[in-house]
Amino acid sequence: MSEFFAMGGYAFYVWTAYGLTFVLMLLGIIKPLLTNKQILRSLILKRKREKTS
Amino acid sequence: MFMRFIYKFSSPPYFYAISGKMLPWLTALFLVLLGYGLYGGLVTAPADYQQGDSFRIIYVHVPAAWMSMFIYVVMAISGGIGLVWRIKLAEIVSISSASVGASFTFLALVTGSLWGKPMWGTWWVWDARLTSELLLLFLYLGVIGLYSGIEDKRVASRAVAILALVGVVNIPIIHYSVEWWNTLHQGATVTKLDKPSIHIDMLIPLLFMAGAFKVYYLIALLLRSRNELLEREQNAKWIDELLEEVK
Amino acid sequence: MKKTSSLFNAFGAVIKRDLLLAYRFRAELINPLAFFVMVITLFPLALGAEIALLKRIAPAIIWVAALLASLMSIESLFRADYDDGSLELMVMTPHPLSILVLAKVIGHWLVSSVPLLFIAPLMGMMLHMDTDIIGVLMLTLLLGTPVLSLIGGIAVALTLGLRKGGALLAILVLPLYVPILIFASSAIDAAMTGFPVSGHLSMMCAILFLALTLTPLPTAAALKMSLS
Repeated sequence: MSEFFAMGGYAFYVWTAYGLTFVLMLLGIIKPLLTNKQILRSLILKRKREKTS
Repeated sequence: MFMRFIYKFSSPPYFYAISGKMLPWLTALFLVLLGYGLYGGLVTAPADYQQGDSFRIIYVHVPAAWMSMFIYVVMAISGGIGLVWRIKLAEIVSISSASVGASFTFLALVTGSLWGKPMWGTWWVWDARLTSELLLLFLYLGVIGLYSGIEDKRVASRAVAILALVGVVNIPIIHYSVEWWNTLHQGATVTKLDKPSIHIDMLIPLLFMAGAFKVYYLIALLLRSRNELLEREQNAKWIDELLEEVK
Repeated sequence: MKKTSSLFNAFGAVIKRDLLLAYRFRAELINPLAFFVMVITLFPLALGAEIALLKRIAPAIIWVAALLASLMSIESLFRADYDDGSLELMVMTPHPLSILVLAKVIGHWLVSSVPLLFIAPLMGMMLHMDTDIIGVLMLTLLLGTPVLSLIGGIAVALTLGLRKGGALLAILVLPLYVPILIFASSAIDAAMTGFPVSGHLSMMCAILFLALTLTPLPTAAALKMSLS
């Protein structure tokens, strides 16, 4: 198991590469999901404002 | 029949609904492909006799590089379609691809550096392939910057479509750079018309990872397109119905 | 009497107008030239006057200075006409806009880059370049600077309507400039190491012709879009 993590001595390079990839791809999904909720919320508020005016 | 499907698909409410239903399935597909790819790449594939285990970076570096070029071409083509036929969804797909493509280009460059340092002894070299990939990143950033700088988003879409089409010339330069110039970067091993010159046990996980990244692109694209669509169609009637459901 | 002028006359008229305007404001002609000279002068001041070093990097310095000078002056390609409304008039003429765009770019190149071409050999000598290398440098500048103006025109047309277009212009333009710089420097490299340059120069010629024929089209499209 520790051999797996050591990656033949190249652990830093391999795991940084995979880690960075994983993090960026995850952020690339989470950010639009959050933005989606935020947009829907602001649209609902906008509709409410327009209805009362 | 097919034209009717395309016609319906490019209507905003239909697109929003269908993409929402597709997302869970796409996520499942992505995880399956990613699982096979990672297991194959990190565990099953034999260590390279020259490079040892560091070659495993290939399983993120190469798919990221492929995606950086593929996404740019999609961005340029959909931008062109939006420019010529003024189809809103084409414009949206084009700009939604930009940040995903920029991320993959960045990843390709960084994972490439992380692979290059133990292999070539240097983090960076100004050879044709690395330089043109860096240019690709600047082109993406230019598209993103230009789009955010123009207020009217329909005008902005036309501007970035022109920019993307002008820059598409860079893509064949990146791909063929290893043939045209003497570069440090190794030549093509998979995407050539001959048999791939890579061992099959190493190739299969690479193809799985490439497939996984393509599905990921589709997921990210749909998520961002939905947001862009909501912002553009703010006052449309179908949004009212959508908001009712969401509440 | 003809109601509309021929395309050839229109082309000539645009160039003549730009040259006349440049002549009337000829004090401004000095600006790109002075910038070019000053940027080049900074390098020996920063690096020290060691002749061998300067000789090796001189072509690169001159090319980068030409690139930056082109970047600085390219904004004026459409700015004055955009501000006073003559650009809209040009768009509305029955002549194909891309041809008029080509005329504007040629006029701009004549006014801003050709003076650089005259000064460049002098700069080369100041940086201790060999005479035959200066010759190759001149050829690359002659073939390359029009392409810089042509490609710069696309970026200027795209950012014309923006308030803070200037910074964005640099980001858009420099990636597109890089291939020309690479071909020019490989030609000069070949000359400095004694290899034949005809292949590299032919490549630059090809790029020039491609740019002449292809770049006016996206520029015209971008202008129409910016004016809408």
